[in-house]
Amino acid sequence: MYLQDKEKQGLTAWFKGGEPLIWMNAAAVTVSTLAVIGLLILLAVRGFSHFWPADVFVAEYQLPDETPAVVMAERVESEDVAIEQLLSAGFTLDTDEPFIQRELVKVGNRDVSGADFKWVLSRYLQNTYYPEQAIVLERREWGNFYGFLRGLKRDGQAIAAADDEALWQAFQQSIERAETIHHDIERVEKKEIGAINYRLEKLRLRQRGLELDEALPAAERAQKQLEIDSERAELDAAYAVLQKELNALYAEWNRDSFIVETAQGQQREQRVSTVVHAYKPNTMNFANKVGFYFGKFAEFLTDEPREANTEGGIFPAIFGTVIMVLIMSVLVTPFGVIAAVYLREYAKQGLMTRIVRIAVNNLAGVPSIVYGVFGLGFFIYFVGAEIDQALFPEALPSPTFGTPGLLWASVTLALLTLPVVIVATEEGLARIPRNLREGSLALGATKAETLWRVVLPMTSPAMMTGLILAVARAAGEVAPLMLVGVVKLAPSLPVDGNFPYFHLDQKFMHLGFHIYDVGFQSPNVEAARPLVYATALLLVIIIALLNLSAVALRNHLREKYKSLEM
Amino acid sequence: MKQSEVRATASAQRRWRQVKDGMTTATITGGGVGVLLSILLIFFYLLYEILPLFNSAGIESEEQYQLPVAAAPLYLAMEEQAEVGFRLAENGDAVFFNTENGQQVLKRSLPTTAAISSFALESEETRVFAVGMEDGRALLAKHDYRVSYPEDQRLITPSLRFPYGEAGMEISDAALSRLAVRDSEEALVVVAVSDGHLVGRRWTKEEDFLSEEITLVEENLALPTLDISADYLLIGPRQQWLYVLSQQGGYRLISLRSLEIVDRGEVTDGAALSDVRFLLGGISLLTADEDGSVSQWFVVRNAQQGGQYGLQFVRQFTAGGPSAMLLTEHRRKGFVSITDDGHLDIFYSTSQRRLLSEELELKNVLGMAISPRADRLLVELQGGEIRSFAVENEHPEVSWSVLWSKVWYESYPEPDYVWQSSAADNDFEPKYSFAPLAFGTLKAAFYAMLIAAPLAICGAIYTAYFMAPSLRRKVKPLIELMEALPTVILGFLAGLWLAPFIERNLPAVFSIFIALPVGILIFAWLWSRLPVSVSRRVPEGWHPLLLVPVVIGLVIACVELSAPMERAFFAGDMRAWLTNDLGISFDQRNALVVGVAMGFAVIPTIFSIAEDAIFSVPKHLSYGSLALGATPWQSLVGVVMPTASPGIFSALMIGMGRAVGETMIVLMATGNTPIMDANIFEGMRTLAANIAVEIGETEVDSSHYRVLFLAAFVLFMFTFVVNTVAETVRQRLRQRYGNL
Repeated sequence: MYLQDKEKQGLTAWFKGGEPLIWMNAAAVTVSTLAVIGLLILLAVRGFSHFWPADVFVAEYQLPDETPAVVMAERVESEDVAIEQLLSAGFTLDTDEPFIQRELVKVGNRDVSGADFKWVLSRYLQNTYYPEQAIVLERREWGNFYGFLRGLKRDGQAIAAADDEALWQAFQQSIERAETIHHDIERVEKKEIGAINYRLEKLRLRQRGLELDEALPAAERAQKQLEIDSERAELDAAYAVLQKELNALYAEWNRDSFIVETAQGQQREQRVSTVVHAYKPNTMNFANKVGFYFGKFAEFLTDEPREANTEGGIFPAIFGTVIMVLIMSVLVTPFGVIAAVYLREYAKQGLMTRIVRIAVNNLAGVPSIVYGVFGLGFFIYFVGAEIDQALFPEALPSPTFGTPGLLWASVTLALLTLPVVIVATEEGLARIPRNLREGSLALGATKAETLWRVVLPMTSPAMMTGLILAVARAAGEVAPLMLVGVVKLAPSLPVDGNFPYFHLDQKFMHLGFHIYDVGFQSPNVEAARPLVYATALLLVIIIALLNLSAVALRNHLREKYKSLEM
Repeated sequence: MKQSEVRATASAQRRWRQVKDGMTTATITGGGVGVLLSILLIFFYLLYEILPLFNSAGIESEEQYQLPVAAAPLYLAMEEQAEVGFRLAENGDAVFFNTENGQQVLKRSLPTTAAISSFALESEETRVFAVGMEDGRALLAKHDYRVSYPEDQRLITPSLRFPYGEAGMEISDAALSRLAVRDSEEALVVVAVSDGHLVGRRWTKEEDFLSEEITLVEENLALPTLDISADYLLIGPRQQWLYVLSQQGGYRLISLRSLEIVDRGEVTDGAALSDVRFLLGGISLLTADEDGSVSQWFVVRNAQQGGQYGLQFVRQFTAGGPSAMLLTEHRRKGFVSITDDGHLDIFYSTSQRRLLSEELELKNVLGMAISPRADRLLVELQGGEIRSFAVENEHPEVSWSVLWSKVWYESYPEPDYVWQSSAADNDFEPKYSFAPLAFGTLKAAFYAMLIAAPLAICGAIYTAYFMAPSLRRKVKPLIELMEALPTVILGFLAGLWLAPFIERNLPAVFSIFIALPVGILIFAWLWSRLPVSVSRRVPEGWHPLLLVPVVIGLVIACVELSAPMERAFFAGDMRAWLTNDLGISFDQRNALVVGVAMGFAVIPTIFSIAEDAIFSVPKHLSYGSLALGATPWQSLVGVVMPTASPGIFSALMIGMGRAVGETMIVLMATGNTPIMDANIFEGMRTLAANIAVEIGETEVDSSHYRVLFLAAFVLFMFTFVVNTVAETVRQRLRQRYGNL
């Protein structure tokens, strides 16, 4: 009606009718939705592009009045800068164009040149070419290496290779071999030696417990002491065997070395064991790159982080997030549902329940950091310290539960998400038509039976909705977790092969905190940035999926009761 | 089965069912009430942690015993654990004794060459003191303690050491009637009054590079002649200032660098001084006088007098009686005053609190000592009688005025709001002003609301009232999905992407704010000029889709034109232009970035509540208005909005609550400096971010820890009140719709 106004009005009439204001309101919707979509696209582009193997170029780079240098790098991004900014930054330029393109390139070789990244002015890059033999090495330390492979050695003896291709194949085999040995080393170090260390620690605690237990008769004490000693001797022996095995593995691991040359002509010899992957991006075709891409992506999801979390995978963070959320769900669901059922079905409706309802609603709006502070003060320093006094006196003064950890993080988040579950469940309970309950009661069922057989099954989708929303909130929450249990690098997963297999007192890693930590506390932010985008993207996908499923469930639920209300 | 059996089984079953029913009721009631109570627990636990901050101090009389003494005390002290006491008498007897029962642990006489004529304490922390003698020599000594654990029992072995030798050092050839010493890594300074004149010596410590041996290089300080009697002499810890005070209250501030009198004046209105002491750190001077007032003074640079240094009166305390003796705490900026007849007061300088005022009923107080942990007091009375008291004074640092008013901190030129909770040195004055944090919180929330409120409410109006239903079903979930985005991701994008982007494209940011509305209006006008056959192709309520290319185009144009604009108007660098030409300082992570990022986080909250409120206005109201000939906009403004306004208000309140409590975005997108400046290009530190930054490093149950709990409590109460108001308004509104 207002858009299709037939007569053309004048400008003032147009303004008076309010048409422009409607357009402005429409623009608000457009801007908001575009902002969401733009953000998702930004994350997707930056996050997904992280794993793509970029081509490596070699070029001569000569700034006016400076000695020429050879650059070998990957392109990262480029932008135009006003010439004034460059001049004021101290560049000497032989041009007066207003804008000059500059590029951020990843030159790697941090151990040689000091920095991973470099800004270069595009106009001074000359004779750019993409050498087929350029290799990229992903290393366990010092970031990527860019250069050319020049030779391979076994036990210090050069291995003869017919041509470059053969050398490359031999190199790849050597890396593969080193990688297999590395897996063995990790297994021995983390699993086997880790288990022995764990049991030794338990023994130490038993010893300490024995010392603390004054009421124990001497005979029994001697008996127990004997047990401890024999077990310790056994463990020490096992440890010695493993240590020997480990030494042998390390020797094998470090057997091969290789020689590389940087673009600047420097030759270096390195151990093959320092390399995780080696590839020649300039010879890869599209299919190769896609394959490489998915390989990297899988590695990102399943590997442990390297180099202060700036390289490698994020598996421990994913695992920690999932475990924490699971424990939280187990805690929050029964309590949330019971509270909601009490409020809706058992409590006398009146002013009191109204106040309680408002209070519960408001708790959802209380800043999460407040829950973190409460968790730290109450759960950790109060409850946790009491538990330590009562159950783990032998470990004191080092705290067991009196320190941030998985359990307290889960409990704190359970408290934080409790209002979400209560509100959602209550909403579900309110939607159940009264006549259903009355029908059940009229047939002679008790209130409990009505609740159990009729009301709760029908509310289950609502509970699920609440739980999913709670999980989504918990998965994305970081501020309280910083106080009650997450760490930047946990030495081991909270679930492992050591009895009791499930370590609620351990600290853990978390996706959200990982983003904060790597993005803001890392020494090499530039190198870590792509990884942070990828992590953020993963977190967004998880949370978006959870939320969309909650929405779908809610809609399904509404449809279901529409038919009942007839 | 017989009928009776059947009946019995049935009734048994019925009973069992009833038992189950009862059990369920009990479980659910218990559980439900338990859960709700646990929610209350948050409130009470926070309160429980905070309350000790506001407690007064307590004192309890403990032991009473007699020390065998031959002369009056010069100095009384205790070691760390308050188990061993130290007493120096006027005749040079140094006695270590057990503070529980007065048993003597060690007795030594100072190796004096003549009778002691004056005494000076270097500082409480170093435990170094000096005595001046009648022959003009001074002797430095230190009471020292070694702690060992033979057989798991703590054993404290006291000793008396002489850091500059037992021979002492010659200062003058006449008796030293007053003495002051100050020792540091670089030099030792001794100033004395001898024969009515000031004499000063400085020994500079020079370290040999090879042997690392320290040699003292002596230097005579040519101190100015005084026109007042020098009754109190004190040297500041950096050996920069010498304070000379007379019994009548006159003071002279002498610079030990230029050796000139820098400032002169009176510290009292003619009342005679009874004691002068340094507060911990040696920056502030405390003076007690016969009128019973205690004043705090320190040296500030006076801006009005051309940067001249001068002694500045800072604050005043009222002691319990005239002519009090002062005693300063070893680890905090607190002090104790005791009058001759035993009236004891405990004060804290920064918070200006009197924590205790107690009549101890003592006569003739001669000496007093406080333990380093400030939990024990020793008082010596006539004839060597010692009384010991246990003091409980955990959190003197915080008061209402510290939190919310301007406080004159040591070495500051004027009173100010400052948050600075910790520093590297031990004699640091903690500054717990919530004002900059609250200001930062409100500043962040304000800029966030400035961006979020118009977008969210206009968006809600359009979505609820004008939008085609099929489009609404898609747009609403999308915006609500925004709400679920973890704030850590928004913060990370704001800090690492948006902040540098804004810094690079400053002109674009400002031109977008102008170009978008103008561009959209022009587009709308042109659209209304289109022939009906074209404009009719787009159905009613699909405006936002039409605007998508317009908005994208305008934004891209602004960003593309940013660099040319910067070149044309701001000499190629707008940031430098802001700083140099306008004098506005610019941080990369500033309030604008926070405003955009947090605005983004708050939009969905406001949007969904406001949209609900507008959408649930009964349709017949607007139909009536439209039927009477009003345009859709007129019916919106005249009929729908007044009805929905409480709902919109509550949406704004809840959005505000969320912005106030948001932690991660602020933590990541600002520099977290606690400044009070409304400048949009500078950062801030909010209450929530402050907790996140600091709570990991505090000692449990320390004042700082409790202050952070107080910050959490403030946040809790603020959001709780705001949300309750909003929620009540919403419930009212719902009832009203029901009636319409």
